[in-house]
This record gives sequence, structure tokens and C-alpha cells, in this order.
Amino acid sequence: MRHQETIFAGFGGQGVLFAGQLLAYAGMSEGLHVTWIPSYGPEMRGGTANCTVILSEQEIGAPVVSHPLSAVVFNVPSLAKYEPLVRPNGLLLVNASLIAAQSAREDIRVVYIPASDIATELGNIRIANMVLLGAYIAATDIVSLDAAKAQLDEHLSDRQRKWLQPNMQALDRGAALVR
Amino acid sequence: MSQAVAVPEDMEQVYAYPRSLTQANSHYCPGCVHGIVHRLVAEVIDELGIREKTIGVAPVGCAVLVYNYINTDFVEAAHGRAPAMATGIKRVSPDKIVFTYQGDGDLAAIGTAEIIHAANRGERITTVFINNAIYGMTGGQMAPTTLEGMITTSTPGGRDHLLAGYPMRMSEILAQTAGAVYVAREAALDLAGIRRTKRAIKRAFLAQIHGLGFASVEVLATCPTNWGLDPWAAMQWAKENLGAFYPLDTFKITDEVKALPV
Amino acid sequence: MAKQLLKGNVAFAEAAVRFGLQAYFGYPITPQSEALEHLSGRMLREARVFLQAESEVAAINMVYGAACCGVRVMTSTSGPGFSLMAEGLSYIAGSEIPVVVVNMMRGGPGLGNIQPSQADYFFMTKSAGHGDFHPIVLAPASVQEIIDMMGLAFELAEKYRTLVLIAGDGSLGQMMESAELPPMQPLPALRPNWAVTGADGREPNVITSLYLVAEHLEEVNLRLQAKLADIRQHEVRFVEAQTADAELLLVAYGTSGRICTSVMRQARQKGIKVGLLRPQTLWPFPAQRIGELCEQVRGILVVEMSAGQMLEDVDHAAGGRVPIRFHGRMGGMIPMVDDVLADLQALATSLGLAP
Repeated sequence: MRHQETIFAGFGGQGVLFAGQLLAYAGMSEGLHVTWIPSYGPEMRGGTANCTVILSEQEIGAPVVSHPLSAVVFNVPSLAKYEPLVRPNGLLLVNASLIAAQSAREDIRVVYIPASDIATELGNIRIANMVLLGAYIAATDIVSLDAAKAQLDEHLSDRQRKWLQPNMQALDRGAALVR
Repeated sequence: MSQAVAVPEDMEQVYAYPRSLTQANSHYCPGCVHGIVHRLVAEVIDELGIREKTIGVAPVGCAVLVYNYINTDFVEAAHGRAPAMATGIKRVSPDKIVFTYQGDGDLAAIGTAEIIHAANRGERITTVFINNAIYGMTGGQMAPTTLEGMITTSTPGGRDHLLAGYPMRMSEILAQTAGAVYVAREAALDLAGIRRTKRAIKRAFLAQIHGLGFASVEVLATCPTNWGLDPWAAMQWAKENLGAFYPLDTFKITDEVKALPV
Repeated sequence: MAKQLLKGNVAFAEAAVRFGLQAYFGYPITPQSEALEHLSGRMLREARVFLQAESEVAAINMVYGAACCGVRVMTSTSGPGFSLMAEGLSYIAGSEIPVVVVNMMRGGPGLGNIQPSQADYFFMTKSAGHGDFHPIVLAPASVQEIIDMMGLAFELAEKYRTLVLIAGDGSLGQMMESAELPPMQPLPALRPNWAVTGADGREPNVITSLYLVAEHLEEVNLRLQAKLADIRQHEVRFVEAQTADAELLLVAYGTSGRICTSVMRQARQKGIKVGLLRPQTLWPFPAQRIGELCEQVRGILVVEMSAGQMLEDVDHAAGGRVPIRFHGRMGGMIPMVDDVLADLQALATSLGLAP
């Protein structure tokens, strides 16, 4: 059964919530049940941002999980918080550009992606979120990269539209590093 | 109770019971001014021919039963909330004429926020505000408009501003709001004053009929029962004391309202 | 309509528009302000009424006024704002006017926080204002359900001329989920005959909750109670899952209810025969069905984001027939599946049902 529970976590402004939303849109476009729930509150402003995305063939019960199957961490505090929580045999995806540390866990798959560096190379450090999402999709295969691209085209805001092609490239670059 | 009397052909009817006033017996105390102002509102509604599209909002206070007397559709608001209710009514019924009838406790104490914001939004409603400087229905306690030194059942030594603050001049405050187009204070304490009060109420309804904005008329009134005076003495006391602190004036009138034929 | 990814707050607001909402009056408060924001543009584009009030006190009284005119009207808020509305809710109940209010509950008491909670259960079901009355209280557990319940809320409010509350929680408001919106419905052309529309060709309509004569007010109350009894008999709604062979029963509503769906699935995998009853109406409460299930199950676990409020209704329904255990989180904390499962396993063990 196709099923994923993923926490995306980083600083506000890193596109953490949008990466999660895009995954939810892609899942929905492939006929999966999806939930996206942000942690909201004081930490929304300037502090850490995270969201939980669940994609499943089955109707979704709890929209939050204490031990996710996957975690995508954008910064150091998020690694510290979520590394210990990932379920055994799960996936930890690390933005290696901003996180020098290596995970000590041996019971999960850890993938290091220099996402911010690749994003800078593509002309906009803020699209590191798409590099990580591309890598995540390649690592989990929960949705197709094409579905994510189609949804990106649909949901990228007008203000960000000029970055559509770099965003697409970012998805590809991230995916290529995992394949 | 008055009865309709056929007018002989060779005579002109110069006086009649207002259609917009019911025939119910009044529950007000002898000498109370509410009955006079109810009648003025009813006469104005008749003269403007708006009874069939008028919706009143009743207050909490002595006039809580105003719907027993003014013969239009009515709703009964919570204490002080009449302007909010009137806002809700007018916004979904812009073709109706909506008025609130409120006392000083209702409008100037518990409902201060609602009246100021309704005025400031320029709600197309009409407010008739009875100021007799006391809480009548609950038994003569201090109102926000109670004068300094006035003895009430909650200011037994007379209102002391160090303890209870100062009387509030609500019309002057409402006149500061950009949405108000007409704010006036009159006194229904003698015949001339009653006629002026009626003109002001008519102007306030006309402002609404023409969709100009918020309009209110404050009416200085008496409370013989809780003031402990007979009706005549109460009227004289009100003229001398309320009149001295609450000047009779038109505090705001826009050119459009001024141009309306009253 | 195709499925869309919708945030709970936007979903219920848009659903209300499509179910014929004619006027909205509200005041911003987290975590439901997206509803007010959505309606601020949406209602005006549809040439309907939207107004941001100066307070929740004013908002509910504007709602009351508009409702007296016989239009579909609502407001939405969260705990502290709902407290301020209690005055208006009582007047609305007393004058038997159809009104819908959404409360996306947040952590309390006091200013509390803006995280999800279910601690307004007592307030909403039993004591939404002074005097004797119960609103109908609907409890959605998903974005789709809050959409569907907006339509139901208006129907019930108008059918019974009563107050209908929707008890959501902050997480439902903030969550995005795939859901389908209804098509746009036409607005009614006429206003009901009890409404204030101007006494044109009829006697004046007076809408009031004031009855100074005790005998009259008692009559009004008896009529109100008869109506509530009718509602209690006909409008109980709940969802049941895997109760046919259940030895244990989970009872939870809203977000806690869907969390318990996950708990039930995992418990079943471990061989624990557990079922779920998720009330969709908190008032009227599915007490009778819970009572019936007490003849079958050996124990109940109630899960809430509160100190145990619905717990009292479950307790009353069970009437001491089976042991009841409670799992509650407060202050904005959400019950986690693993923790609830552990409590369920402990209950099973204590009853000798552990596999």
C-alpha cells in the first residue's frame, strides 16, 4: 500500500511549508488521500517552521505522528529535533549545505543533499526546498516527479512565477542526486 | 383609549391619533417623557409614510417595551447592543428604515462601543437617545450621564468624580465620528422643546431615507419617580440642571442633511 | 466538483457561501481568521454582506439582527471570542432565531494559546449562555466533514429555528486536506413570514426574548424544551467503526476522533478487538447507542483534547456498566496515536483481554 508520513522542518522563509503542500498536491493528483498540517503558533514568525504531510491509499486517521516514516530537515535545529524520531527503516533527508553534522543512526536511511548550494547555483537560494523535495520523491517514490512538476506549474504564486524553470530544475537536480 | 371619530364633511381634521402608535395603555410612570417621545417618533413615521418598511430596535431599560407602543416591526436587543443589531438588520435590508431607541445606560454605558462604531461606520440608521441622567428600570442608580453631586441609589452621597468619574456628553462624542451626518440634542421638557425635538427626529429619519449616514437625536428627559420630584418640578429641574450641562445644539449636520426639507 | 486541497478554515467559509450564506459578521481571532479573510472578498464579490465588527459582542448581535430578517447568517470565532458571544447566543436561543456559529477551539482558559483544543465542550453543549437551552452542536473530524456540516447546520438551524454550533478545533482549521465543495446554491427569493421585514399588510412582527409574566415565560420554556426533546429524538448523529465484534470501545470526536481511527487500526493489527464511536453531534449526544454498546463491550477509552468533558456524557450513558478510562491532552497538545494505543493496551490488559 502506498503510504508515507513525512515531516518537513526548517526555518521560516526556507519554503518548508510550500514543499509539503506541493507534495500534498502531487499526492492528490495521483488519487491518494492527503493531509497537510503545519505546526502553527508563535514559532510561525521567524522561528522554526514545520509541517506534517501524510499520503495514503487508505483514508487518513491521525494527521500528526510522533514517529514519522520520513523527515526532511532544512537546518541544524530540525536535525536535532527530528533525527531521533524517524521510525526504524525510515528516511532522513538532510540539507547538507547548512548542516555539517552526520547522523549517528544506523537503522534508517540518511541522504545528504547540498540543497542550498545547488539552489544558489540555479540562481536562487530559496529554491533549496525544491531540491530537497526532488530528492525526497526520488528516495520514496511515493509520487512521480512529473506529478510534482505539474502541480508546481499550477500552484506557484504569481510573484514567484519567474522562478518556475529554476524550480523545475531544482526538482530534477535533487532527484538526480538520489537516483 | 381614543376612538376613531368620523370627521364631518365641513370640517378639516387637524389632529388624529398616530397610525404608528398603538392604543395600548402605557406602563410608564406619571410624568415620564418616554410617552411623549414615542408619540413623536410615531408621528414622524406617519408623516414620512414609512410605517410599512420600518424596523425598530428596542433597548433594555424603561423603554424595553417600546414595541408595545410603536406599531411597527420590532426586535428586542440585549442591553446596549441595539446599534449592532440595527447594523445587522440594515445591512441585509438596505431598503428598510431601521431605528434604535435607547436610554442613557444602554447607549452611554454598556453600549458605548456599539454606538460609537455604528456612528463611525456611517450606518444608515437613526438613533433616538433618551437622556434622563439615571437608570430608571433598575431603580434609580447612577447613569454615565448622572450629573456631579446628583444623589442616586448608587451614589448616596452624590456623584463624586473622584469616585465615579464625570458625566458624559455623548452627542458631542458622536459628532466627532466621520460617519455621523446629523447629531443633535433637544429637550422634550416644554411645548417648544417638544416641537424642536420632533423636527430633529424627522431630520434624523430623513437622513436615513436619503441614505446619507448615521443620525442621532439625544432628548433630555426626566425621571420624576427616581428623582423624587413631581412631574412639573422634574421638568423645571431638568431644564435648569441637565440643560446647563448638556447644551441644546446641533453638533453635526452635513450640507446634504441641512438641505433636506423637514 | 473535483477534489481540491483545502485548508479547513477556508473550506468551511467557502462552503457556507455555496450553501447560501447571505451575511457574515465577525472579528479576527487565531486560529480561524482565514475564514473571515476568505469571506471578506468572497461575499462582496457575490454582492452579499460581509462586515468586520468592533468586537465579538457586536459581531454576534449583528448576526442576531440579520437573522431576525430571515436570512442565512453566521459568524466564526475561537474560544475567547466565543466567550464574548455568550450573551448574544442566549438571546438568539430565547427568541428562537436560526443562527450558525463556528468555534475553532483553542487552548484555554483565559488567553491560553492558539493551539488546538476541545475544552469548550461543556460551554458549547451545556452552557452557551444564561438560561435553559442547548444549541445543536456538530463536530466535524475532517475538512470534507466541516464542508458537509455547513450545509447541515443551516438546514437544522432553519428547520428547528435554533442555534447551531460547529465545534471544530484549531488543527482542523489549519489543516489542508483533499475535499470536494458543493456547487453554488441559489439564494432564497423570499424571507420567512416570522421575520422583521416591515409590517406591510400584516400585523407587526416583534422578535423578543422578553416575557415579564412568569407564567408566559414558563410556557415559552416548555415549548423550547419540547423542541429540544424533538431534536434529541431525531438529530443524533455518529459514526461507528468495527464495533460488530468489539470488546473495547474508543469514544472520541473531531480531531481526536480521527486520531482514534489510527489507534483502532493499529490495535486491531495487534489483535485487540476495538471499535470506535465518533459522535458527529455533541448535542444531542449519542448516549443511547453508547448505552447499547455497553451491553457488548468490556471497557471504554475516551479521548479528548480537554481534562475530560465529553467523558461525563459517556460516563452518564454507560451508567457504571463498564469501566471507563480517559486519555486527555490539554493546553494545545494533540493526543498521539502511540500514547493512546498504550492506554488502550493497558485497559485491555486490566480486563484480561490482552492478546
